[in-house]
Amino acid sequence: MEIFWYIAIGIVLTVFFILDGYDFGAGIIHLFFAKEEKDKEVITKSAGLFWDSNEVWLVAAGGMLFMAFPTFYASVFSGFYLPLIIVLWLIIFRAIGLEFRGQFKYQMWKDIWDKSFGVSSLLLALFFGIALGNIVRGVNLGSVENGVSAHEGHYFFLPLWDSSFSPLTDHPGVIDWFTIIIGLIAVVTLAIHGANWIILKTNSSINKKLKGVIFKLNIALATLTIFSLVVWQNVNPNSLDNFIHKPYLMLFPVIYLTGLIGLFFIKKIKKNSHAFLLSTLLILGGITSSLASLFPVILPSINNKHEDLTIYNTSASEYGLSVALIWGIIGFALIVVYFIIQKRLMSGKIDNMDYGH
Amino acid sequence: MEDMLFYDRLQFAFTITFHYIFPQLTMGLSLMIVYFKWKYLRNKIEKYNNAAKFFMKIFAINFTMGVVTGIPMEFQFGTNWAKFSELTGGIIGQTLAMEGMFSFFLESSFLALFIFGEKLMGQKLHFLTGFLVFLGSWASGWFILATNAWMQHPVGYEILDNGKFVLDNFSALFTNPWLLPAFLHNQMASVVTSAFVMASIGAFYILRDKHSEYGRLFLKTGVIFGLISSVLVAFPTGDWNAKNVAKHQPGAFAAMEGIFETEDAGAEIVLIGQPNMVEKKLDNKIAVPNILSFLTYQEWHRQIPGMDQFEEDELPDNIPALYYSYHIMVGLGTIFIGVMALALFFLWRKKLYNMKSLLWTIMFLVPFPYIANITGWYTAELGRQPYLVYGLLRTSDGISPTVSSGNTLFTLLGFVALYMLLGLLFLVLVGKTINHGPTPQKH
Repeated sequence: MEIFWYIAIGIVLTVFFILDGYDFGAGIIHLFFAKEEKDKEVITKSAGLFWDSNEVWLVAAGGMLFMAFPTFYASVFSGFYLPLIIVLWLIIFRAIGLEFRGQFKYQMWKDIWDKSFGVSSLLLALFFGIALGNIVRGVNLGSVENGVSAHEGHYFFLPLWDSSFSPLTDHPGVIDWFTIIIGLIAVVTLAIHGANWIILKTNSSINKKLKGVIFKLNIALATLTIFSLVVWQNVNPNSLDNFIHKPYLMLFPVIYLTGLIGLFFIKKIKKNSHAFLLSTLLILGGITSSLASLFPVILPSINNKHEDLTIYNTSASEYGLSVALIWGIIGFALIVVYFIIQKRLMSGKIDNMDYGH
Repeated sequence: MEDMLFYDRLQFAFTITFHYIFPQLTMGLSLMIVYFKWKYLRNKIEKYNNAAKFFMKIFAINFTMGVVTGIPMEFQFGTNWAKFSELTGGIIGQTLAMEGMFSFFLESSFLALFIFGEKLMGQKLHFLTGFLVFLGSWASGWFILATNAWMQHPVGYEILDNGKFVLDNFSALFTNPWLLPAFLHNQMASVVTSAFVMASIGAFYILRDKHSEYGRLFLKTGVIFGLISSVLVAFPTGDWNAKNVAKHQPGAFAAMEGIFETEDAGAEIVLIGQPNMVEKKLDNKIAVPNILSFLTYQEWHRQIPGMDQFEEDELPDNIPALYYSYHIMVGLGTIFIGVMALALFFLWRKKLYNMKSLLWTIMFLVPFPYIANITGWYTAELGRQPYLVYGLLRTSDGISPTVSSGNTLFTLLGFVALYMLLGLLFLVLVGKTINHGPTPQKH
């Protein structure tokens, strides 16, 4: 039952990153490449039409995590207190930017909210990557100092950074050189994803140029990926065990690689939806590979005193998880229905769609 | 430790108060939008369709605000109330996760379709999408109230040796005797807010002599919905809730009503008076004897336990705040019934549209249903103190053990600043929409 909910939450979270990922990415592209007002407008529109229904997936993932793994939820949300609250603020800033830019015709007004949208998209992508990096690296559970725990074994608190910026110390912070690398991978991945989305959904004048941008970003992504794999082993020594014991898990890294290699041929790909699919594979493969390397651990402990948090020692009762299974299946079926209806009615380019109030 | 509890509570109180400005409008408004759309389907008068679409714009702005201020609510269970989440997540996680699954997806998917899809879908389907938005927003209220009902009156649980609450009976969460009265009371109160907002916009249009055709429609609809819902909020739903509090949380009931000493011959109802916590009495009190006993138990001389019957650490920790919240809610509710009854009377006599003084009154009453809704929630939440889960888990035992008070103060200040900006932008946007009016744009 724990495994079922682990997979279900994994799916919901991955869908969130795929969906909201494209509007984060659109924000990043908007920040660096959109120069003309017409392009800026249509790119904000390509995110503005969809962001709120995309972020519902985050809310759903949060709720399911709370229900199925309450101890993990409590531990991680209080332990990463500062970065999480900052993420909340960024989400608000991004939403304000998207919703308010079109309200007045003054250029300065639009510029302010464009920056708000772009910068917060960039930082959110970075923070989500850093979050993943932290989960992979593990934390000092129980806040152990000189062999003495300051808290119960499943609680901790992380400062934003430790002066050494190293993931290898006894008490690393949220930001260190390893998590920054994962953060950058997230930024580049989502930028590629967002660029594909813009090409797919709009007729902006930078569409042609964006294909070149994707190609360059992909080179950066390949470099970062190789580099991160080299150091990954140092940061989390057990990261390859699962793949060795259960070779079928290699499917996930292969998904990621398919996306990565496929995107090098971006200029030859005729159908824009295929390119979008490739960047979707990147996100899907990236998240699932990281989760698979940890399973069944969901937050490693970096000290010897307290054991890792796993899906087994943080889960709710068997009865609770089983009833939730029933409503979960009904709920999920309904969501798929809404999703299909919505996508069918709102397919195609959005340039002329009436947006705003 | 004391500081941590204080700032955690303050941050939750601030963020939830600000958040609840938005859902209370959207829940009520969605019902009224469905009503307009239904009228349009039947009589095909374009005015009703434009009214539905106009209010859906207001709805959408509020929905966005609700989403961005709502995500922090869900997160805060974990960030600031980690111990509470850990111990009770197996139960309230159920209802909160169901809210995400069954209401937010419904609401957000069909809101987009309602706004963008009228031409694509035709009128019947467009009505249906509006109805589904209504269903989604009320379902959200239902799940939140189910969560809160469990905290007020825990059912269907078992407590393990390690202090964890585990679910024992899923359906008990929804047959909780606290849930239905609280849900109906809350939903009616949200219709009061939306009815007052609608009536207020109507009065504004009439007074300004702009969009006055719509002004009359909004005013009329607002007044009718407003009177019905104001009455239903008080009776039977408010009454029903008060009886629940008297039965299940007698200490909170005594504090709400300001009964410091038990009167053997029946309890009086306090109309005016300020709690004096030093001398344990009400200053300058105006009260009517025996009415409270009658209202609560239909017996004039029934004894109702006062605060003197309870241990101090079992009573709510902020009695004046609880007492005032409750009395402000009840007082405002009474005024709403009066004003709306008066307005309906003059509507029937066909004089309302020319009565400037009443129109001005209605227009400026608009903040008060918000205040009544929020003080109503303060009553519920302050009354539950000093517990998170009534009688079982103390508020002081629910906070995150690792988050220092300084960090919470920092984030609280951040939220205050950000929400001020958000509130300002919200007002600008709503003002702009109202000023533009319901007449469709010509392309």
